[in-house]
Amino acid sequence: MTPFQYQRATDAAEALALADAGRCRFIGGGTNLVDLMRQNIETPAALVDVSRMPASIEEEGDGGLVIGAAVRNSALAAHAVVRARYPMLSRALLGGASAQIRNMATVGGNLLQRTRCAYFYDAAGSNCNKRTPGAGCDAIGGFNRNHAILGTSEHCIATHPSDMSVALAALDATVHVSGTDGTRHIRLVDFHQLPGTTPDIETVLRPGELITAVSIAPSAAAAHSRYRKVRDRASYAFALFSIAAGLDVADGRIRDVRIAFGGVAAKPWRATRAEQILRGAVPSRENFLRAAEAELAAAKPTEANAFKIELAKRTMVAVLGELAGERA
Amino acid sequence: MSKLQNAIVGGVRTAMGYVPSSWLPGGTPDPLIDKRVALGTQQSRIDGPEKVRGAARFAAEVPMERLTYAAFVHSTIARGKITQLDLAAAEAAPGVVLVMTHRNAPKLALPPPIGLTNLKAAGNNILPVMQDADIRWNGQTVALVLAETQEQADHAASLISVRYEKAVPRTRFEEGKAHAQTPDSLMIEPNRLKRGNPDAAFKAAKARMDAVYRTPWHNHNPIEPNAATIAWNGDSLIIHDATQMLNGTAGSLAKVFGIKETQIHVSSPYVGGAFGGKALWDHQILGAAAAKLAGRPVRIALSRASMHRLIGGRSQTEQRVALAAAADGKLTALLHHGYSVKPPHSACDETFTLAARSLYKSESYDIVQHTVDLDLLANTFMRAPGEAVGTFAIESAMDELAHELGIDPITLRRRNIGENDPVSGAPHSQSDLLRAYEMGAERFGWHRRSATPRSQQDGEWLIGMGCATGSFPYARMPGMSAKITIDSNGHATVASAAHEMGMGTTTVQRQHAADRLGLPLEDVSVRIGDTSLPFASFAGGSSQTASLGAAINAASNRLAGDLLRLAGNDTPLAGLRASEVEFADHGLRKIGEPSRHESFVSILKRAARNEISATGESGAPLEMLKFSMHSRSAIFCELRVSEVTGEVRIDRLVGAFDCGRILNPTTATSQFKGGMIMGIGMALTEETLLDPRNGRIMSASMADYHVPVHMDVPEIDVLWTDIPDPRTPMGARGIGEIGIAGVAAAVANAVFNATGQRIRDLPITPDKLF
Repeated sequence: MTPFQYQRATDAAEALALADAGRCRFIGGGTNLVDLMRQNIETPAALVDVSRMPASIEEEGDGGLVIGAAVRNSALAAHAVVRARYPMLSRALLGGASAQIRNMATVGGNLLQRTRCAYFYDAAGSNCNKRTPGAGCDAIGGFNRNHAILGTSEHCIATHPSDMSVALAALDATVHVSGTDGTRHIRLVDFHQLPGTTPDIETVLRPGELITAVSIAPSAAAAHSRYRKVRDRASYAFALFSIAAGLDVADGRIRDVRIAFGGVAAKPWRATRAEQILRGAVPSRENFLRAAEAELAAAKPTEANAFKIELAKRTMVAVLGELAGERA
Repeated sequence: MSKLQNAIVGGVRTAMGYVPSSWLPGGTPDPLIDKRVALGTQQSRIDGPEKVRGAARFAAEVPMERLTYAAFVHSTIARGKITQLDLAAAEAAPGVVLVMTHRNAPKLALPPPIGLTNLKAAGNNILPVMQDADIRWNGQTVALVLAETQEQADHAASLISVRYEKAVPRTRFEEGKAHAQTPDSLMIEPNRLKRGNPDAAFKAAKARMDAVYRTPWHNHNPIEPNAATIAWNGDSLIIHDATQMLNGTAGSLAKVFGIKETQIHVSSPYVGGAFGGKALWDHQILGAAAAKLAGRPVRIALSRASMHRLIGGRSQTEQRVALAAAADGKLTALLHHGYSVKPPHSACDETFTLAARSLYKSESYDIVQHTVDLDLLANTFMRAPGEAVGTFAIESAMDELAHELGIDPITLRRRNIGENDPVSGAPHSQSDLLRAYEMGAERFGWHRRSATPRSQQDGEWLIGMGCATGSFPYARMPGMSAKITIDSNGHATVASAAHEMGMGTTTVQRQHAADRLGLPLEDVSVRIGDTSLPFASFAGGSSQTASLGAAINAASNRLAGDLLRLAGNDTPLAGLRASEVEFADHGLRKIGEPSRHESFVSILKRAARNEISATGESGAPLEMLKFSMHSRSAIFCELRVSEVTGEVRIDRLVGAFDCGRILNPTTATSQFKGGMIMGIGMALTEETLLDPRNGRIMSASMADYHVPVHMDVPEIDVLWTDIPDPRTPMGARGIGEIGIAGVAAAVANAVFNATGQRIRDLPITPDKLF
């Protein structure tokens, strides 16, 4: 680990004042950043600890929530309104990491997790375009059973590892950001970037900007939702595939549907094509499958992760089927 | 492993056939089999409270003055030469005491390889350690940094840059197979076994199966990493090590540094799990070399990444099994061929065909295994070497054959288990695998299984049941010694440089010594884990309990004679020979005449002695050559497979074990369960990702190398036959390895029963069920 300065901020203004955009990183629970620093993948000269900023979950009149960036994953998962009105979010959070890590990890930090691609982590011995632009990608042609099938490029096939972000993408959450130039709101689905030719650029966050909160709005689909994570072991493993889905059926037709995938792309993958097909349609197995096939038509798998296409289809059909069954 | 060895072992075996059993060790059953007081009772581990309180001091926790901390820089290529080493930044970094590379490392000889014939050898990776610019595997240490703190050492190590001239590495298993070697022998068995006419049997068979099974590389991940605290005192070396080979480590380091064994002191009172991965590897050698150069003590606690690069793992295997059977299921041909990796610098055979040679009788056999040489770190032993992966193949194959024949898998095994060893014809010392199957089947509820795959379902979950046999050979090592001392209070202390890796060595041998010496438990102490104590063989191959047991027995016999001499004539024991007395009631008494008794305290007091000691040795294990000796198990598994996701979740495991007498049900249960949990990992999750392009391990962390988590581990039931083995000390056979054997096959067989899909390639991850 490269030596660094460490300072604490108690609110956003102080954090921004302490931050020196070029050389500083904000640190929340540190459950990913510290690992990256230990591996010399991240070498910030200074850290500003924002984990002590206000960690409130504010309820809006309509049941919407504004979740402070410093809220711990475990606190958010256990929040009564989250459990009642956004079950997919609670379940996604609980599907991630371990109890100890969830007690440390923050909402802001969770959004900014970096991929767990083993070649990205192996700074000493492997090539990675995300780590060193232009160096090449050893995951392509290497071990990539766990890698992306959607939105990949010839430069990078890494996945985004967050479970929480998948639910937030399905909920159409908004990310609140503060910078020295003021504040701005970014739709979560626009927050993360696909790799293209610049896999090193992972979000639209500008240097020095700080995530202060994430807000979500209630809906019937959000209230009737679930998260399912498929993984190699029963706990403490990243998703081979995950899905956050919510369904609102009225008069035998789908009035609203929210679907996002994890473990398939460099960002939480909002399944907009599938949603389009399903909105207004009859909630049937055939329609769920048709929608899944449409969403995955553009998938470009490797030999080792081609199973994810079928896995995604089956899991999506099963989860929507369960939601439809419960409604009926 | 030579033809000569085969001839010698074969000759001794033949001779043993003519030797009456009564002449051999175990010729007369150990009287403790029937006379148990402490043995066989539940006893908590003596070391438990110290470990829970954090008072037990492990290798990387020994305090020392002026301690330095080590960090390793590993090569990133598999084969080639170092052309440039840029050390300036590291040497100038804060706290750095030493940067050691091949340029300044002291001359170091090769360590002697682990073997059955040299107990003073513990070397695993028989290659020059930092003696030249050559790179021989991806992960080799190219520089070692010592600094005042671990963080400073790690940081300085990250500042070192190395350039290489790359050579084309041989890192592809498939390509290596073309140049595979065929060793003459495996451990003490001849490798090739061909008997009868398998080709004709396959042609004539009523039923046959023929399939290839694959198991991946596995890496050691005990809870305590490989670690050591090392210091020189003049020309003497002290190493607080995490080891299962104390005297082997001392003997090996003596050769490496060109000093006498007596100048080396190895201490390892507590080890946080070993499983084959804690012998001598490069890190102890480099640590001692660096301590010498720096003139300061060194602490090493390998990171998980360094463990993957410096501590070898279990080789991948590719195994073909073909079985032919008559309509009644009796085997007419058994073929087991295969490959594992064993470079010339490795000392360890992955003996995956051993189980197939001993479990089932067949009219004809065709068994042989080959080794592949690759530019990799030496492979090594890992819990149930050979059998863990070998039983996956042979026991999956038996299940396939049972399905083919439409015979219940247990019935198929019953029809093929013979009276004697199926290959050598030697009698079993004790073997009742079928009793284990009966007990296990009853506890498990095997009768509820439907033989038809996909016949039980709960929602999206297909439910399946499977069973398989586990096996591991009995071993007792010669050269294990123990000293018993009885003091003037009548308290006995047993001392030996044996090993406690968490399995309960001290606890069980205290029970043993108490019964052996006629003492209550509280009057016995056991001291192990240090080379200042009497010489010990390694803790490996499930041999330590029997070996140490034999040594304690031998010491007690000698002690009886010495006590009689000391007692003289003015004693109720006067005139008796050692063979006429037994230990009882805090002293000695005449067998069959309990009134002729004198206590230890009385004998010592009359002789004005503070204590009396006797040392015994385990002696040649000739019983292993006369009898066929194996621990066995019947493993049962019930599991669910999601039809949607391919996820496998185990609901229940039952293990019924036939391992002779169980000495302590508490510690034995933990051993069995631990092995079975490791078997779950082998079946479902564990896999070292070794990149075939450059031999680099891409799973060098606990996040990427998946051991089972709590949620993967179901209710596990463990039971045992408890039938004593009349040929072994205390009637017990080894139990350390066998827990893992058979589990992967039982899981794979249950997956087949659930889904109709036969997965022959471990681990059974969801993608393989698509």
